[in-house]
Amino acid sequence: METPLTKNMRADKSPVALSDYMSTGGYAAVTKTIGKSSPAEVLQVVKDSNLRGRGGAGFPAGMKWSFVPMNEDDPGHKYLVANADEMEPGTFKDRLIMEQDPHQLIEGMILAAYTIQADVGYIFIRAEYHYAIRELKKAISACHDKGFLGKNILDSGYNLDIHVHVSAGRYICGEETALLNSLEGKRAHPRAKPPFPQVSGLWGRPTIVNNVESLACVSHIVNNGADWFKSLGIGEDSGTKLFGISGRVKKPGTWELPMGTPIRELVEVHAGGMQDGYKLRGFLPGGASTDFLTEAHLDLPMDYDVIMKAGSRMGTGQMIILDDKTCPVAMVENVVSFFARESCGFCTPCREGLPWVEKVLHAIEVGEGVPEDLQILERQGRFIGAVGNTHCALAPGAIEPLTSALKYFREDFEQHIRDKKCSYQ
Amino acid sequence: MSAVKNDMINVLSQQEIDAIEAEIEHLPDRKSAAIDALKIVQKYRGWVSDDSLRATAKLLEMSDEELDGIATFYSLIYRHPVGEKVVMYCDSVSCWIMGGNKVRDRLKEKLQIEPGQTTEDGKYTLLPVTCLGDCDHAPAMMVGDDLHHDLTPESLDKIFEEDA
Amino acid sequence: MPTIIVDGISYQVDANDNLLEALLGLGLDLPYFCWHPSMGSIGSCRQCAVIQYQDEDDQQGRLVMSCMTPVTEGAILSIDAEPAAEFRSAVIENLMINHPHDCPVCEEGGECHLQDMTVMAGHSMRHYKGLKTTHRNQYLGPLLNHEMNRCIACYRCVRYYQDYAGGTDLAVFGSRGRVYFGRHEDGVLQSEFAGNLVEVCPTGVFTDKPLSERYTRKWDLQSAPAVCTGCSMGCNISVAERYGELRRIHNRYNSEVNGYFLCDRGRFGGGFVNHEDRIRRCGVRNASGVYDPVSKQQMLEKVSALISAAGSKVVAIGSPRASLESNHLLGKLVGRENFYSGLSGREQSIINAIYAIQQTGGARIPTLREVEAADAVLILGEDVTNTSARLALSLRQTVRNRSKEMANQIQIPLWHDAAVRKLAQDEKSPLVLVTASEDRLEDVSCLTHRAGPDDTARIGYAIANIIDNRYSRPADLTDNEQTLAASIASILKNAEKPLIISGSGSLNLAVVEAAANVAWALKGENKDSGLIYCVPECNSLGVTMLHDGNSNNLDDLLSGSDDIDVAIVLENDLYRRAGSTAINSWLGKVKNLVVIDQLDNPTASVATLVLPAASFAETEGTLVNYEGRAQRSFAAFLPQGDIQGSWQWLLDIADQVGTQKFGSIRQFDQVTEDIAAQNAALSGVTKAAPDASYRSGAGQKIARMTHRASGRTAMVADVTMYEPQQPVDNTSALAFTMEGANLIKPGEVPSSLTPYIWSPGWNSNQAIIKFQAETGGALTDSDPGVRLIATASPVADLHTRHTTIPAITRHQGGSLQLVPGYHLFGSEELSAYSKAIAELTPRGYFAVHPDVAGQLGVADHDGLETQINGANVQLEVVVSESVARQCVVYSYGIDATGELVHEKRGTFKKAESWESSRPSNLIMSDR
Ligand SMILES: Cc1cc2nc3c(=O)[nH]c(=O)nc-3n(C[C@H](O)[C@H](O)[C@H](O)COP(=O)(O)O)c2cc1C
Ligand code: SF4
Ligand code: FES
Repeated sequence: METPLTKNMRADKSPVALSDYMSTGGYAAVTKTIGKSSPAEVLQVVKDSNLRGRGGAGFPAGMKWSFVPMNEDDPGHKYLVANADEMEPGTFKDRLIMEQDPHQLIEGMILAAYTIQADVGYIFIRAEYHYAIRELKKAISACHDKGFLGKNILDSGYNLDIHVHVSAGRYICGEETALLNSLEGKRAHPRAKPPFPQVSGLWGRPTIVNNVESLACVSHIVNNGADWFKSLGIGEDSGTKLFGISGRVKKPGTWELPMGTPIRELVEVHAGGMQDGYKLRGFLPGGASTDFLTEAHLDLPMDYDVIMKAGSRMGTGQMIILDDKTCPVAMVENVVSFFARESCGFCTPCREGLPWVEKVLHAIEVGEGVPEDLQILERQGRFIGAVGNTHCALAPGAIEPLTSALKYFREDFEQHIRDKKCSYQ
Repeated sequence: MSAVKNDMINVLSQQEIDAIEAEIEHLPDRKSAAIDALKIVQKYRGWVSDDSLRATAKLLEMSDEELDGIATFYSLIYRHPVGEKVVMYCDSVSCWIMGGNKVRDRLKEKLQIEPGQTTEDGKYTLLPVTCLGDCDHAPAMMVGDDLHHDLTPESLDKIFEEDA
Repeated sequence: MPTIIVDGISYQVDANDNLLEALLGLGLDLPYFCWHPSMGSIGSCRQCAVIQYQDEDDQQGRLVMSCMTPVTEGAILSIDAEPAAEFRSAVIENLMINHPHDCPVCEEGGECHLQDMTVMAGHSMRHYKGLKTTHRNQYLGPLLNHEMNRCIACYRCVRYYQDYAGGTDLAVFGSRGRVYFGRHEDGVLQSEFAGNLVEVCPTGVFTDKPLSERYTRKWDLQSAPAVCTGCSMGCNISVAERYGELRRIHNRYNSEVNGYFLCDRGRFGGGFVNHEDRIRRCGVRNASGVYDPVSKQQMLEKVSALISAAGSKVVAIGSPRASLESNHLLGKLVGRENFYSGLSGREQSIINAIYAIQQTGGARIPTLREVEAADAVLILGEDVTNTSARLALSLRQTVRNRSKEMANQIQIPLWHDAAVRKLAQDEKSPLVLVTASEDRLEDVSCLTHRAGPDDTARIGYAIANIIDNRYSRPADLTDNEQTLAASIASILKNAEKPLIISGSGSLNLAVVEAAANVAWALKGENKDSGLIYCVPECNSLGVTMLHDGNSNNLDDLLSGSDDIDVAIVLENDLYRRAGSTAINSWLGKVKNLVVIDQLDNPTASVATLVLPAASFAETEGTLVNYEGRAQRSFAAFLPQGDIQGSWQWLLDIADQVGTQKFGSIRQFDQVTEDIAAQNAALSGVTKAAPDASYRSGAGQKIARMTHRASGRTAMVADVTMYEPQQPVDNTSALAFTMEGANLIKPGEVPSSLTPYIWSPGWNSNQAIIKFQAETGGALTDSDPGVRLIATASPVADLHTRHTTIPAITRHQGGSLQLVPGYHLFGSEELSAYSKAIAELTPRGYFAVHPDVAGQLGVADHDGLETQINGANVQLEVVVSESVARQCVVYSYGIDATGELVHEKRGTFKKAESWESSRPSNLIMSDR
């Protein structure tokens, strides 16, 4: 089994330096591409590889890049942004790449930027990732020294600078258009799409935003070809993916595995199964903003469309496990209160709706709920839940754990209301 | 322009001004450096006071309102004084499942403050923080720039002992 | 025009609209908050949701925000579908969870968009049990209240304030459910257009502070359609009264003029109507200089006796702030030869020149709406924000045309406000400023040049000459002037619809003439050039057009040597227009000074007889704005005491005198007809508004009281139990009752005279949608007013017209060029009496460049003095980099500056005994 993303990573987690990275084929893709292949050729490979975005939405990267106007006589800037905000609760994968093998990201960025002919790249990274920030800055300066970044890269006439932008907090910055506003030094309100960033993004210029993991895949695709990448997946989707599990399992962690790996294998083999004394009741398959699935779904492969059909989303591919000793009502309350706190405050359903839901859940959890509360939760779920109801995808994601919990764990809610207490404590 | 406002810039040190100007360098306009500038000021002062906010706004050629609107949006820009170190415990779901509340309670007890407050000696400010991306080692927290994980109420004591 | 199907019915709609404006334009009801017809969509409130179906087979459809969805051919939509209705009801329920239930004490109550939308969206039962969020309110100055708890976070205020009006000191703070809209700290809002927040905010966060001192509900206000007297823009306003006091002024929509917005002078300047210095009784000055009240009849007899005395020489001074009707009757009473326009000679010559230029047809005179379509603007010597504020607000939209062009290129619809702004960033259509001191439009200008008036004129001449070398060229152009003129010329030549703006503000004829040359030269290059002149007062142009532009001016009178038996002054404080020495010496020759005016001003206080004149809120009158648009203003209420319209006084005097000159004229409408008959230039004036015989479709007059006026019987219940009879209005098409045409029934065309905006289900001013033919377009009944200056085909040889080019301004033997500096708050005579405005009026000053301050040996807070025409004027010094060298800018109309308006230059020295009373941080642009 190939693990291109993690193959260089070391047991002691020390970062892979430029020389080590190059000794295992690093920057070969850059060397063979910049100034040698046309942007259109790189685009084609990435398109053919069917690389889908690893940031949550699973949008095909090549298709996204193809929307950037390739207007020879437009002299303005274009931008490539790596989304390294990683604040989705339960998600800890981009950090791995940036801390332990940062050049993968830089190389991917150079290739992506070249493809859309961007001349400036930003890594938008959350402030708490101190180690990653340090490693990325080191990596960038090493690349400048080697001529992989800066003016006239490898004598190709192509210029690219990459800056690390350290964020000032707030989960909404991970939403790509909010991220752009934040990069511009503004309040991080998401923007309405269309126009898409590919056409009018950072400072009104064409911009691509991709997740760190998505970008890290690019050099491997360029090196080994689209078919190779497709063959890595064992289900419908291409490539490998950094899957992870947190919660009461024996060995929580992140592993690089083929797309389409069955959930049961993730839980039972890689995570070592549930801790002794705990049973699995359900799980959020791709971060805190995805719907619960249950034991009944354990045999599904982790593929975008499969998980979607099951009623949830692949999200970041990082699972959070609900065990039988943890109260689902309280868990949902925790999740909703997180999103209510992180709402940008722009649109009504999210700004007003989530705090209401949070209050109702809290009342139920502490034994002050009334039967009518369940109707309120359902109504609020419909109100906040559908994509399109809100200005961005934060709020619909925020409410997914609740609506699915009402489906799978309704009895828990009812019991809280009936008994006027939480029986998990 | 009035003399009063010009004086305000003197609130900022030359280092701060230089650092902010350096950020502006690679941006299309001065205002775009707003967040960077606030963070620079905060790096030197721990927090962004009204006076430093106004001085920064002046430097960036924007109004106090425009800059404060940005400053108050972001959770890591402190518009109130904070202690020497900010203790940020993760209160997101994975940590919560793994006993994050116990860690929080232990922190409250140890520091004798509620989240949002600063210890009497001015050493620590306690704040909740969004998932630190360390969920496989939950519960996690940061003390200043240092990440601590696999926390237990007991391991907390050690951390603070070492930090003292 | 695309066809769309809404709940099974097909409609034709405009392809450039979003669905919301299209649906509202069709007369359908759909709730909304964040969208505003002139600010476009951002999609934050989510209130305007409808269902859109993919095709006929699609049963489910998709929820879309109508304001964020473009109109597309064949779109199938439903407003009524259950999921859409449920969603809209949930939006309002969620918005209401934190909204206080304080409607009974909220000043928005009864005209609250939030109330209307709550009813429309069908939310009535509260399910939320938590506590409400509370906020601290801020002090925002004397004009606006702030009650943040009522905020529903629609973001309209900040979008209006920052994006539309260019203000910087109102913002949104915080995030999530804790967003806060206000200032960084308490303080006076700095935008000249802040007052519009009252109407922009859909709930009661920003309310009208002067109104709240003597608060009245919308339904108990008696209103009339009026025209603002604050400046020459002629904004349409709705004036509202209760208990004989003016209570508030609201915007009255006119698509060609003010649209949805006023400036703060207009909105808050009406306070003078209630001022304690109002002249309310007829007065005769006694030996000790005090006025003894006399009855109206006694006064008429006295005036008539004076006029009729055998051989008496009677003269009259008219006024640019009085109506055409009053000025006309005054002229008629004393004869044209004895009528003086009331403008100073200096002002009159400039306005005559402006009027002559406008008549050439050499360039269009754009309406304010057309201003917004210009693609390049040059402003020569006019501080537009402070003299003609509403124009400045339009110019702030004009500069956005570049962004609209960019948006068009990549097919971003123009209503998609945030996207258009993001795309364009700081790109703007060019706006060039050549002015003598700091200008509030600098933030949107691409080029600002500081020059005194003469030098401004020179640059104008040079530009015209570069565009077309047949226009005169200043002989001794400096290199600087040459380069500057060349770059401005190329900016203008690159445009299709360049707009030149100038005016009488710098009191300099050459500036006015130079501006015309530029506009004409551009026209010669086949540009669709526009030319706007700001004139000082609400009827400066009207009084000039009277007597077809041949009236004498004030100086003609003051400089005469004749003894005068009776001088009648109409609504004019002469001390603002000429030096006191000249006036006083002239008064020495006047035996009887008769003053008809509203306020006890310096002129009124030296009169022999004083007649109390109605204000614009209490009588009708026709005013001509900067573009030659005649507009009729109506009385909101009948004045108390002896007060009546000046025109009525003059009719009564004529009656008493028994002159034959007035023929059968007894009625207001007859006066207007007489004006039309006697003045070719004003022949269209009767079309400015319907006459008194007008009746609505249902045969009714227009009601000034609302159909819901609750208190007509209760109003005086502490005095009498009888309901007093309402006065009968024989003068106009309006009635002082609640019965009449004002409740808009479906299918009925509401009259443009409707004094307030109200429609079933729409109690707030947002009901204006129901009065427009299409959203944001003209009123269904057409916009009121008539344009009197026809765009004639251009007169030939325009390039030979203006050739008098001033010399370069030099510091001549210690004398400096005197330049008026204007203040929205304080420079205009009547509004300055309004309490709220007085609070914001700066103290008088002389502003100079630091170099000049150095030469004169003065610094901030010192005093400067000058001897002018026998008067000694002392004012405090303001030193500012942004004052042109060689100039002294003085606070026009504030403190003793009436002494200065006559002079082009002055010699200054430090006022040794000056004691500063200015707060230390006041800067020139502070209000
Ligand atoms: C509320 C919200 C938060 C998000 N946070 C992140 C994030 O932290 N990192 C990330 O890569 N994508 C995040 N996304 C997804 C991004 O909007 C965007 O889809 C992604 O960065 C695109 O990259 P990809 O196509 O490579 O996945 C977030 C989306 C939403 C709605
Ligand atoms: S759903 Fe609305 S309020 Fe929530 S984060 Fe997105 S835009 Fe902001
Ligand atoms: S009016 Fe459409 S979302 Fe607010």
